[in-house]
Amino acid sequence: MAGSLPGAKPFPPGEYAVVVVGSGPGALQTSYFLSRYGIDHAVISADPGPAGMFRKWPFFQRLLSWTKPYAEGAERASRAFQRWDWNSLLAVEPELRGIAPEFMDGSSDFPSRPEMQSNLSAFADRAGLEVRYECRWESTRHEETPDGERFTLVTTDGEYRCRFAIFAVGVAEPYSPSTPGIELSVHYADTRDAPSYAGKRLFIIGKQNSGFELATGLLQWASRITLSSPSPAKTSIETRSLVGVRARYVQPFEDSALGGGVDILSASTKQISRAESGALRVQLERSDTAAPFSLEADEVIAATGFTCPLRDLPALGVATFGQSKLPAQTDFWESATVPGIYFAGTITQGAAGLKKHGIPPNSGALHGYRYNSRVLVRHLVAKEFGVVHERPSIRAGDLRDHLLSEATRAPELWHQKAFLASVVSLGGDDGIRDEGIMPLTHFLDADGGDAIAMTIEADGTSIYPVVYVRRDGRQEEHALDPDPLHDFEREHYRRALGQILGRLSSGSNAA
Amino acid sequence: MATRDEIADAIAGMAIFADLARPQLMGVASRFEEAFFAKDQKVLRQGLTGSGFYVILDGEADVVADGQKIATLARGEFFGEVSVLLGEPPTADIVATRPMRCIVLGGPAVEGFLVDHPKVMYRMLQASARRLRNANRRMTASQ
Repeated sequence: MAGSLPGAKPFPPGEYAVVVVGSGPGALQTSYFLSRYGIDHAVISADPGPAGMFRKWPFFQRLLSWTKPYAEGAERASRAFQRWDWNSLLAVEPELRGIAPEFMDGSSDFPSRPEMQSNLSAFADRAGLEVRYECRWESTRHEETPDGERFTLVTTDGEYRCRFAIFAVGVAEPYSPSTPGIELSVHYADTRDAPSYAGKRLFIIGKQNSGFELATGLLQWASRITLSSPSPAKTSIETRSLVGVRARYVQPFEDSALGGGVDILSASTKQISRAESGALRVQLERSDTAAPFSLEADEVIAATGFTCPLRDLPALGVATFGQSKLPAQTDFWESATVPGIYFAGTITQGAAGLKKHGIPPNSGALHGYRYNSRVLVRHLVAKEFGVVHERPSIRAGDLRDHLLSEATRAPELWHQKAFLASVVSLGGDDGIRDEGIMPLTHFLDADGGDAIAMTIEADGTSIYPVVYVRRDGRQEEHALDPDPLHDFEREHYRRALGQILGRLSSGSNAA
Repeated sequence: MATRDEIADAIAGMAIFADLARPQLMGVASRFEEAFFAKDQKVLRQGLTGSGFYVILDGEADVVADGQKIATLARGEFFGEVSVLLGEPPTADIVATRPMRCIVLGGPAVEGFLVDHPKVMYRMLQASARRLRNANRRMTASQ
């Protein structure tokens, strides 16, 4: 790793094995694990300091991700605590683990934005993570050289050459649809201070969390609030997942149900124009009947989402998809179309895995992508840098309890349902081995020996463990029952898993 | 491909959505999600629960049952509906044979969508009837 003189900016332009772009939690987490494996890498960021989007957002300064400082039976430095702490980055050193509660003032289990920023800044400081700040990545070249393929990242500070580039640049570029008159609206990113909306009739395009965050925060200021998008809005309580509007923002639903000055419409916004009165006229089309109608508003806010600021990567061949222009990615978050380009942070939601029952993993949030970073780096260093990972041995008699403990406590499985799996290999001469956490799709598609993958999954009604067995090249899926207390170490589960293991070949000696 | 307008444009010419007016197509575009699959990537896996309903926007995929290719699907065709409707795992793998873009609706959302869009349900029924008829013809021819 390139060293730096005191007071000098770290990571001068030059050649590095890996360049990480960004300084939000995804970039910090990735750099942390690269550092711990001793991988030569540079971290560059256009921002003046760490924390990424949390330097500015959420608009109303309170996160959607909780941390429960006093979770039952989980010391803050323990792996189990991560299930209850969505906001701390991961670390090997106990003193760096679970630090988010240090910065919370006790007024909420959802940290405030400044508390989150402090948490991330402290992690970077204590872990000794260096970032070359105010160094903006501007363009990219992909070249064949005598030493193999190289990427060149052109920045405001000069050129960085690398074998592997990891982009953790967020999904942060405001997106507005091409609706006629959209220029009369402002984007969520440009929302003004709440008091400036006092007495205004507010029309919000979009019924995702950002739209409902604004509606909730402006309830006491606006004279009327209308939210509209073509599809009905659902809450996370209805979907029993993070798909949908979070419970923090349900007040507008109640106000709408009670006729209390909030209207929630399923309609397309066809046009925004300036009326003679000076107000804005919003023309709409109902989704169910296609009937046109219109309303007047004083302000229109487009809470229509963000896209990935990928700059020229699509021109290099990086395939993107969806309204957010997410890059298409492999199981290990490598571009599906340009090998050597990887992604970290919230962009990793572009690798959706099986998305069973329509429920995506939580890769868009820190408590999901922090594990993606760890798995990505673990994969990269093994594949490209010759690192051999430990594969702890598991006694045959302990296998069942090991798997049920993982199902009950492993934060990776709980936060990345049906996406990350705890894998144990069974065959081979070296006995039963803990292969660690890996993407479920990788386990399913890899040609490997006999093995078991344990996951936690949800189907919109309940949460339950699923055991995937790979035996003689064939896959089996065994869903276990849900438990009202999510305790999968009860005798019922020991019996059920024992039967599954018992059916494995006697050669595996797994039961 | 990216925006809902573009997806609505892309599906406007497809048989399954042929009866929908523009606002309904926009509703489809906002209710479904876009997904990208690289060449050789599995989209559905035989025997695994929890799949969804897919409509191909661009690209091709093979239908592979027990290791045998039994059909190829292309733009405008759909898959996964039998598994979702019956609540059973897919009986075949779906494997992209070149980069493929789809729109996808998670299994639990399919019933509500079809009930809200009976014309789409009718078109789906027609397509399923054709597939059944063709399968019967193949069986008859092979006897």
